Amino acid sequence: MAVKKFVTGSFEEESVLFPAVKQVRKNGYKIHDIFTPFPIHGLDKAMGLRDTSLHVAGFIYGITGTATALGFITWALTYDWPINFGGKPFFSLAAWIPITFELTVLFSSVGMVWTFCWLCQLAPFVKKDHFNLRSTDDLFVMALECTEKTNETETISFLQGLGAKDVQVQYKETKWWWGRYDKDKKIFEPKSEIAY
Amino acid sequence: MALLRYESQVRPPLVEGDKNYHQVTEDICRPVEARPTRLWWIGFSISVLLLIFGIYSIYREVVYGVGQWNLNRTTGWGWDITNFVWWIGIGHAGTLISAILLLFRQGWRTGVNRAAEAMTIFAVICAGQFPIWHMGRVWDAFFVLPYPNTRGPLWPNFNSALLWDVFAISTYFTVSLLFWYTGLLPDLSTLRDRAKKKWRKMFYGVAAFGWTGSTKHWQRQEALALVLAGLSTPLVLSVHTIVSFDFATSVIPGWHTTIFPPYFVAGAVFSGFAMVQTLLLVTRKVLKLEEYITVEHIDVMNKIIVLTGSIVGIAYLTELFVAWYSADKFENFAFWDTRANLYSPYGWAYYCMMSCNVLFPQIFWIRKMRRNIMVTFFLSIIVNIGMWFERFVIIVTSIHRDYLPSAWGPYYSPSIWEIGFYLGTFGLFFTCYFLFVKFFPVIALAEIKHILKRSGDNYKRNMEELEHEKVEEFAKVHGHDFGA
Repeated sequence: MAVKKFVTGSFEEESVLFPAVKQVRKNGYKIHDIFTPFPIHGLDKAMGLRDTSLHVAGFIYGITGTATALGFITWALTYDWPINFGGKPFFSLAAWIPITFELTVLFSSVGMVWTFCWLCQLAPFVKKDHFNLRSTDDLFVMALECTEKTNETETISFLQGLGAKDVQVQYKETKWWWGRYDKDKKIFEPKSEIAY
Repeated sequence: MALLRYESQVRPPLVEGDKNYHQVTEDICRPVEARPTRLWWIGFSISVLLLIFGIYSIYREVVYGVGQWNLNRTTGWGWDITNFVWWIGIGHAGTLISAILLLFRQGWRTGVNRAAEAMTIFAVICAGQFPIWHMGRVWDAFFVLPYPNTRGPLWPNFNSALLWDVFAISTYFTVSLLFWYTGLLPDLSTLRDRAKKKWRKMFYGVAAFGWTGSTKHWQRQEALALVLAGLSTPLVLSVHTIVSFDFATSVIPGWHTTIFPPYFVAGAVFSGFAMVQTLLLVTRKVLKLEEYITVEHIDVMNKIIVLTGSIVGIAYLTELFVAWYSADKFENFAFWDTRANLYSPYGWAYYCMMSCNVLFPQIFWIRKMRRNIMVTFFLSIIVNIGMWFERFVIIVTSIHRDYLPSAWGPYYSPSIWEIGFYLGTFGLFFTCYFLFVKFFPVIALAEIKHILKRSGDNYKRNMEELEHEKVEEFAKVHGHDFGA
């Protein structure tokens, strides 16, 4: 838990944002994040983020589901309590396809959503600091992290030069905590040491 | 600036009027942030009253047994299973719209998917009621679950289509709910950040799970949506396939057919889209969202209705043909003597089904009719009635007269409590829907913003002017998808 110092700027147009991202990276600034009201394709690439491997997790959860279903049904119907249904074989794989398929989908979906929530720190009563409330409405908000070497005024004028509006310095908590959005009180107080 | 998603001028805009991102937020959040209207209260009250009547009907059934419905030894499945299949069919449009149309990259889905998915979830909840209460001894309902029990442990029969149904429907419900809610998180965060009142901040703050709109989170969310869509597509097909197995794996003439899975899936999409039309035509009017759910959306959905309606029609005719071609006495009796025969006890239901599902939707071959709101609304209700009769015809006509004439049952007609249970699920469905339109954004905000610069009216008009310019120039000014 750490409160850090940021320089934030808002962009209204994608066509201004993209060249700005390019310039910011070229000039060696550290982009903390860009908050957008909707997914902008290509922004993750432009920011240099790596691809997510969430689908790999989905595949692993999926085969877990397949194995669980096939393993359990086989054990239950051929070993634990075999029942003779009209002389049909105990191990009747074709009849188990529907449940195997459903459990594959169920495990994969539930697992992926759980992983997604875990990675993005999403849960009820999770609270985070927000840089600009309009970032869920119509603005693309870029937050640049400040280090010891950062010259504040230079950064501000640099962002303004790239077309950012409402450029300012903000101190924000970067981690999440348990809390409610109608109350300022933090249930567990994160350490509020200002880094710089 | 590698790629530009330029959309042809041939395609009509999906968002009408001069809109920018903020205007979209305002328009879609307005009904949620305003006080409920009188119309809302009237609708909500009627739904709750129906729900209470339904709960009382269920109470009668639990206390006095399934005999409260007019089911008998021969006709053991009546309105209850008819309603079950009907509701589960309606629950297919939402996931079809959000999953299959996502995979096919259909932009028009963004206007209708949120409401359609909500409808799916509520319809599946309603559908689930029927098999559960039909069990009679509902307190033993957990016997269907494979849990270590003191009876052996004796496991449920994994080879039974009815158990497949338990798994299919519970999986479908869970996955639809997760898909819907992960898509809803960003929109709830918009409402949270706009909230002025304390309870709104609290409610949407909790509901939005602390969504920030970080680029990394969006990347993961899109990957998640794509994989969930990929999983939901076979899932949605599997659910009604498995429902059809409930019938197709039996040896009752009229049920015992291999055509059932595709025929049921087409029918489910057909009735699902009809219900989406019924709901959205009213919703767009009352919430003044005509610019987002445009006549274009209605037109496209009507095309799907006429397509799936015709598939269902071909299936009906194929059934009749195969019954004749099989030269099987019982098959012929089931299809030609009890269904297609107008003078048989349920012949009226068969012709009701035929005209509502096959004949009337053919009007949608005409473009003018597809784009006519009143015609569409009227027909969407006709289709829902027709699809209800389809399930009634399949279930009741096939079992009320089986192999042995001495076992033929008396004419089955439902009791007031059986009808009350059905009305009760309408109450449940609309209570949920009214709460949904009041507290959640009816249209997927983020997704509309995503297609706005490609398919918005004002942006398309600008594109038209610049169409003849150099592509690079054009992309610079109007591009949206950079380096995608």
